[in-house]
Amino acid sequence: MAELIKRNKALSVSPLKSSQPVGASLAFMGLHRAIPMMHGSQGCTAFGKVFFVRHFREPIPLQTTAMDQVSAVMGADDNIVEGLKTICEKSRPDVIGVPTTGLSETQGADVGGAVKQFRAQYPEYERIHIVPVNTPDFSGCMETGYALAVEAMIEHLVPAAASIGSSPGRRPRQVNVLAGALLTPGDVAWLKETVELFGLRPVVIPDLSDSLDGRLTAQEFSPLTIGGTPVSELATLGEAAATLVIGPSLYKAADKLTHKTGVPDHRFEHLMGLEAVDALLMALSQISATPVPLKLNRQRAQLQDAMLDTHFMIGLARVAIAADPDVLNAYSRLLVGMGAEIVAAVAPTRAPVLNNTPAATIKIGDLEDLELLARESKAELVIGNSHAVESARRLALPLMRAGFPQYDLIGGYQRTWVGYAGTQQALFDLANMLLSDNRHEVQPYHSIYAQKPEYREEVNTHGTAAAATHCG
Amino acid sequence: MKAKDIAGLLDEPACAHNKKSKSGCAKPKPGATAGGCAFDGAQIALLPVADVAHIVHGPIACAGSSWDNRGTRSSGPDLYRLGMTTDLTEQDVIMGRGEKRLFHSIKQAVEDYQPAAVFVYNTCVPALVGDDIEAVCKAAQERWGTPVVPVDAAGFYGTKNLGNRIAGESMVKYVVGTREPDPLPPEVPGAAGTPFKVHDINLIGEYNIAGEFWHVLPLLDELGLRVLCTLSGDARYREVQTMHRAEVNMMVCSKAMINVARKLQESYDTPWFEGSFYGITDTSQALRDIARLIDDPDLSARTEALIAREEARIHEALHPWRARLKGKRVLLYTGGVKSWSVISALQDLGIVVVATGTKKSTEEDKARIRALMGEDAKMIEDGNPRALLNIVKDYQADILIAGGRNMYTALKARLPFLDINQEREFGYAGYEGMLELVRQLALTLESPVWQAVRKPAPWDGAGANAQVLGGEALIAAAGG
Repeated sequence: MAELIKRNKALSVSPLKSSQPVGASLAFMGLHRAIPMMHGSQGCTAFGKVFFVRHFREPIPLQTTAMDQVSAVMGADDNIVEGLKTICEKSRPDVIGVPTTGLSETQGADVGGAVKQFRAQYPEYERIHIVPVNTPDFSGCMETGYALAVEAMIEHLVPAAASIGSSPGRRPRQVNVLAGALLTPGDVAWLKETVELFGLRPVVIPDLSDSLDGRLTAQEFSPLTIGGTPVSELATLGEAAATLVIGPSLYKAADKLTHKTGVPDHRFEHLMGLEAVDALLMALSQISATPVPLKLNRQRAQLQDAMLDTHFMIGLARVAIAADPDVLNAYSRLLVGMGAEIVAAVAPTRAPVLNNTPAATIKIGDLEDLELLARESKAELVIGNSHAVESARRLALPLMRAGFPQYDLIGGYQRTWVGYAGTQQALFDLANMLLSDNRHEVQPYHSIYAQKPEYREEVNTHGTAAAATHCG
Repeated sequence: MKAKDIAGLLDEPACAHNKKSKSGCAKPKPGATAGGCAFDGAQIALLPVADVAHIVHGPIACAGSSWDNRGTRSSGPDLYRLGMTTDLTEQDVIMGRGEKRLFHSIKQAVEDYQPAAVFVYNTCVPALVGDDIEAVCKAAQERWGTPVVPVDAAGFYGTKNLGNRIAGESMVKYVVGTREPDPLPPEVPGAAGTPFKVHDINLIGEYNIAGEFWHVLPLLDELGLRVLCTLSGDARYREVQTMHRAEVNMMVCSKAMINVARKLQESYDTPWFEGSFYGITDTSQALRDIARLIDDPDLSARTEALIAREEARIHEALHPWRARLKGKRVLLYTGGVKSWSVISALQDLGIVVVATGTKKSTEEDKARIRALMGEDAKMIEDGNPRALLNIVKDYQADILIAGGRNMYTALKARLPFLDINQEREFGYAGYEGMLELVRQLALTLESPVWQAVRKPAPWDGAGANAQVLGGEALIAAAGG
């Protein structure tokens, strides 16, 4: 549906894009007792760490192979071996993710080879899983990096059906969930609860709702993730009754999982809005062979009511959105489903889902592009990350925060946007933002013949007010 | 940048510990390294120059995760807050189109934003590919008539500290000395025909975090001290150009750009000293040192009068807070100069500093710490979170004061915390800044939340009742 307009300027101003290694690191943080180690210079990790600390307001486990002047030129495979050994020795994690960076990819790192070398040199750590993934920051964006890491987890941590003799449905109550980067920890928590309402047992890959949900634990400090899906659970994916896939960026990973295990999958672009949630619940009802719980019927009816209440504000609203492709698509579908219009859309990179996103055009670009397009198309509302605050301020428009990073708003990372109730609150918020906007209000008109003395006073006090009253 | 240039920057004769390798200079250990890279350091050092277009030449990770990320404030232009990057793609890297993209990026920045200058930061990928950013900057400057300054600070060159120096080096090499200071406006005190003389100074390493330098600047104005440039808080390009004309340079709270002070001394004979605006004692000392090096008896007399007035005023304002904070025990973990400058600020308040971090401190810093805290001062070299928490317990500290990175180390351990580094939102500098410091300290130390978050659930550990909590709570209860 949408026409994609490619990047047409040399300089990116107010970048929208976050990098692939950052996305991959996030995915690894959804595994239990895990730590990602970026293969690059120490800054790659330091920036990534600050990025997530500011977003989640949580301590973030993240390490680096600390490439320096010598290893950048002479080869840094030894850094990988040394880094893996140090982490294994110090923290004994269950799993270490190794995303590469632009630096190591340009240099031509052989991560697979380095892992082999590590295995040969340090057999005592054979039970610690290592998942390398190629995620240079000169291609893709955060969402694709996350998806590549999920793919790598499936490749390295999920055994093929043939090799262990697993067969789909042997655990008839288990449902695998591939959870995309568009879901917040709050979203994933909702999804798990909903799956459980049908008497099913969800295994979420990766489960950020268990590691980055922001809670105090008895343990004061952990160098590893404090929650997430245990690696041992990944070995069971081939026995599940079905797999739910949330977010088109994970469809490739889903292909891989299905191919490897034979477990049938159900794919969802997103989980916001009546239609999307209906489809999810129908799938769960079918998988579990149980009816949709009454409680959800009630919430569905409440969402329908909210849609009626808010369509007056959201209908025909002109919306500008900048986000990674899955998030952009999700919000566009929700809003268009409410009668709004996507008048400016910007994504950091191309993705197949954008072709079907309900916007006339989608610009591959940055927040400067968004600002120009929003101004040109007279947008009334902006949806974007915290970097868009300044753009929205200059446009004098309200901003709904979505995507990464969100550092100027407490709790955005935690909020539940999906499901009937989550959508309902999202619609209320959108409607409230548009409600406070008075651009559709009729401006007062001052008749030149009126017997209202204050008009004359205005003219007298501001010499030029006469002109203003005429064009009122 | 060539290896010998990097070695040259690491050799800093003005640095007290130049002879031996200090802990902060150790080769980073893969798998156990925290902290930023040279690019990070260079960007942090120069980003506050407010009317400059700061272009990060590289793929997205360098700018994408870091732009708009610092508490430094400008009193005017906000161009510095716009993230700009060449956002190199795979095609650029493979086809070698990075230089061309950079050249056009500079053009775009100049045409769209009319910056006073463009600073170009090199990063790992173009450095490895071999982009000649110096040549591109030179060509772009000639072509579009706006100064374009290369800052060759790829991340893998080294640590954040090295990046600070590279940044300083770029300013000295390309910018300082390219313009003479403006004549004094006739209406200001100290202009021709008034009783006192205006002296020109620079502040190097002052970043105006949260606008805190605006607590100090009015005092300098009152003394007739014209700040030609702060490198780099709230600075303008045209101010950096005039730094060579200062009568004295103050290195504020940081050895990071010590090479700038040393080179200005070598080339222009400008004396420099190291000082801090944190705490009453140090603020007064810094003002005295400025007057001492300028050697104008009239300035010294006026400085003493101002110090007496300000100290009396602030002591009175702090009086009610002092009783609330007196005797509180602090663990201070921060880098370099702040390890001693903040101690003095806290001691001014009657707070006991039980230990301080010295990971990035020099021998001279450590000597100052001993002078302030006594010979037995506990100095922390290894600041990993576990070690910090142990010291908090052993020394019965009431609060951890550290950089934002350690905030969650403290909070997850249910320990009061104060952010002292560059990301913070509050200004603590000068006499006036002390009022904000005590407010923030009291806010967290006296908060009722600590009791609430340390309180176990009423049913916890009550035998059978615990089971309703489910597995995780049981594990937690068993572990705790």
